[in-house]
Amino acid sequence: MLEQLSWKVGGQQGEGVESTGETFAVALNRQGYYVYSFRHFSSRIKGGHSNDKVRVSLKQYRAITDHTDVLLAFDQESIDLNVKEVREGGIVIADEKFNPKAPDHVRLFVVPLTKIAEECGSAIMKNMVSLGASACVLGLPISIFAEVVEERFRRKGQKIVDQNMLAIQRGFEYVKELGGALPEFALKPADGTRRLFMMGNDAIALGAVAAGARVMPAYPITPASDVMESLIRKFPKVGGVVVQTEDEIAAINMAIGAAYGGARAMTATSGPGLSLMMEAIGLAGMTETPVVIVDTQRGGPSTGLPTKQEQSDLFAALFGTHGEIPKIVLNPATTEECFYIMGDAFNLAEKYQCPVIVMTDLQLSLSKQTTDPLDLGRVEIDRGYLASESDLVPTPQTEEFKRYKVTETGISPRVFPGTKGGIHKVTGVEHLESGRPNETSPNRKVQMEKRMRKLRGVELPGSVVRTGDADAEVVIVGLGSNIGAIAEAVERLRADGLKVGHAHVHAILPFPKGQLEAAIDGAKKVVVVENNATGQLRHLMAHFGVQHDGIDSLLKYDGQPFLPSEIYQHVKGMF
Amino acid sequence: MATVKDFRNDVRPNWCPGCGDFAVQASIQRALAAMGKEPHEVAVISGIGCSGRISGYINTYGFHGVHGRALPAAQGVKLANRNLTVIAAGGDGDGFGIGLNHFMHAVRRNMDITYIVMDNQIYGLTKGQHSPTSAKGFTAKTTPEGNIENALVPSQIALAAGIGFLAQGFSSDVNQLVSLIQQAIEYRGFALINVFSPCVTYNKINTYDFFREHITNLDQVEGYDPTDRAQAMKTVIETNGLCTGLIYRDDSRVPYEDQIPGFQQTPIYQADLRLDPAVFDTFVKEFA
Repeated sequence: MLEQLSWKVGGQQGEGVESTGETFAVALNRQGYYVYSFRHFSSRIKGGHSNDKVRVSLKQYRAITDHTDVLLAFDQESIDLNVKEVREGGIVIADEKFNPKAPDHVRLFVVPLTKIAEECGSAIMKNMVSLGASACVLGLPISIFAEVVEERFRRKGQKIVDQNMLAIQRGFEYVKELGGALPEFALKPADGTRRLFMMGNDAIALGAVAAGARVMPAYPITPASDVMESLIRKFPKVGGVVVQTEDEIAAINMAIGAAYGGARAMTATSGPGLSLMMEAIGLAGMTETPVVIVDTQRGGPSTGLPTKQEQSDLFAALFGTHGEIPKIVLNPATTEECFYIMGDAFNLAEKYQCPVIVMTDLQLSLSKQTTDPLDLGRVEIDRGYLASESDLVPTPQTEEFKRYKVTETGISPRVFPGTKGGIHKVTGVEHLESGRPNETSPNRKVQMEKRMRKLRGVELPGSVVRTGDADAEVVIVGLGSNIGAIAEAVERLRADGLKVGHAHVHAILPFPKGQLEAAIDGAKKVVVVENNATGQLRHLMAHFGVQHDGIDSLLKYDGQPFLPSEIYQHVKGMF
Repeated sequence: MATVKDFRNDVRPNWCPGCGDFAVQASIQRALAAMGKEPHEVAVISGIGCSGRISGYINTYGFHGVHGRALPAAQGVKLANRNLTVIAAGGDGDGFGIGLNHFMHAVRRNMDITYIVMDNQIYGLTKGQHSPTSAKGFTAKTTPEGNIENALVPSQIALAAGIGFLAQGFSSDVNQLVSLIQQAIEYRGFALINVFSPCVTYNKINTYDFFREHITNLDQVEGYDPTDRAQAMKTVIETNGLCTGLIYRDDSRVPYEDQIPGFQQTPIYQADLRLDPAVFDTFVKEFA
């Protein structure tokens, strides 16, 4: 029996690959399995190979595997491109329609997917036939699909629901007759606990609405669009608004306007949009306006690899804006963290009155994964230093409210337009405490130091999480969605008897120098694992003065996420 | 009740003596006082350029953002606080050069804000380059042998984009301008007032006298019907945009903020941001 399974469905984009994978994944998640899925797709609507890989296990893994146990192929290309990763003796289920051919190391089940689907009512249901075929191989009852099929097709009427279930049953029976019910592929039963199943972008949207975000101007871009699409469905219930703006420049400036107006405002984008937002991020820093920007990283530069994994916006997030401002950059690694970090992001933005960038990567944003319960009770809303009645100026106001009052912490009281006695000026020009423009040298120094003081010496708690052996010889440093692949590599290395640690970075600004130094202290070697070509995180460690003689990089920038085995092999070789 | 004085502060504008923008500043102050607004109920959101400084020269809330983005910022402010009187302001370069995209979409989106453009057909703050509204043949530092591009005519663009309130003013006619600003603020939806506001330092062509000579004042055109869009378009074509007064007004429009599903009358900045656990449960259920 299998304790875990890697299942993959492949075909032409637009022929139901995604919905097949989704139905399979949701059905297994509801049985109590931990599920982690990863979509391989292209920046086009129809055509081109796409696949959806689903990992099912009895304990949680947040990485895809290098091998595949069962491959479902809707065309020969899907076999040709993916069969190499199907393990010795693994299964390929393919549509009879294209007369499939597969190499000898796999067991090929040729099933008339399309033909059976047509007999059940429509060729479109071939994905359902294929799910039935998969269930047979894995020793799963087809009843596990009943609920998902019902939910998916209820709107279309009972007849359609019945046809789809029949398609699943016929697929199951066909493979059974071929002798496809293989005991060695039967999945060990799960505990039946129903957990959440979502992608990082879903969790970000949930976290944002829980954190009190109510204004979200944004411009569609892969892989960020789901955040706005999700919020636009939620906001009517809480009085919020999503505006699909004309471009990213409008999006960030509108968010800044809304934040100045007193809303918790955010936007979400990816690399190209982040580049367009840079000037306004500087404005937010200069005017001390709290705004949250989600950057779902994808392959750059330029249009780059719009649908592929990369972590190459670190420098842009830290250094992209001209001039110097205080800024916070957070790096969630899991769906749960995506949820809670939005509350942190808004609280930090309002506490320090500065822009906060929440960086995910494509794998985290789009990989649907089993997710622990999300606790609304843990989300606190702290709006920072708001002017009290006594801070306000008597009316009629003959002088401005000191919005940029020089304080010890550098943090000044905020007041929202519409408030009596709070009139002040806001400008991107250097200004006095009142917000009036002033370019004199002494004032420049005072205000620049006031702004920069806000985050000086600050390290956010939990910026680095250290796991593995305390006395590790090698410490692996990573960030974002690589958490799963690294954790799994560490597990295998430790099983080999090697002393290995894992330091995961959850915030890169303020840079957690102290926490990172502590995390790698005593290790002979450090390897920084990241999805980019130049080792940006490693450079940041050097830039911010993290001292260690044995730091090296493991880089991957081909658009694909790290596989646990790649990290395992590399680190093994370091001993 | 607030008077004109209450909308003044003690900041000396850095505009040149004779600049048309002084009249725009005074007109906004007079219009707000005449309407019975209190200074704290108003926010002026401006862009970059000589005219962009206006948000600092009126005693209301003021936000001076980045170049060309006054309208996105103003729309954000309006979304956060729909009770606020939001005035966006800037110059022709800010609004019709770098910010033209936002202008077209702000028109289309139709939030209840008033946009006042001080159109002087030149880049003043950068000391005399031609602007998108400079006429063909116009000479400036960047067009030493005459402008070879056609001028953009804001009124034509605004009407084509489907604006619901369009007016033009002239810095020499403050009474008309005050009245237009009042009407624009009262109008429920996006309103543009494009003001011919001469630059006395760098534009020696589009002077006060030039406008006096070339402007058609629609207030004095008998039978002009500002609710007739076709007539409005014909007028701005025939005058090549050189007309003042209320050009077009459509009172049947519903502002954006009135159409947002579930949007509350209580402004967002005053709303309780805590999420009802029952609502949260319905959100999470989607992923169960």
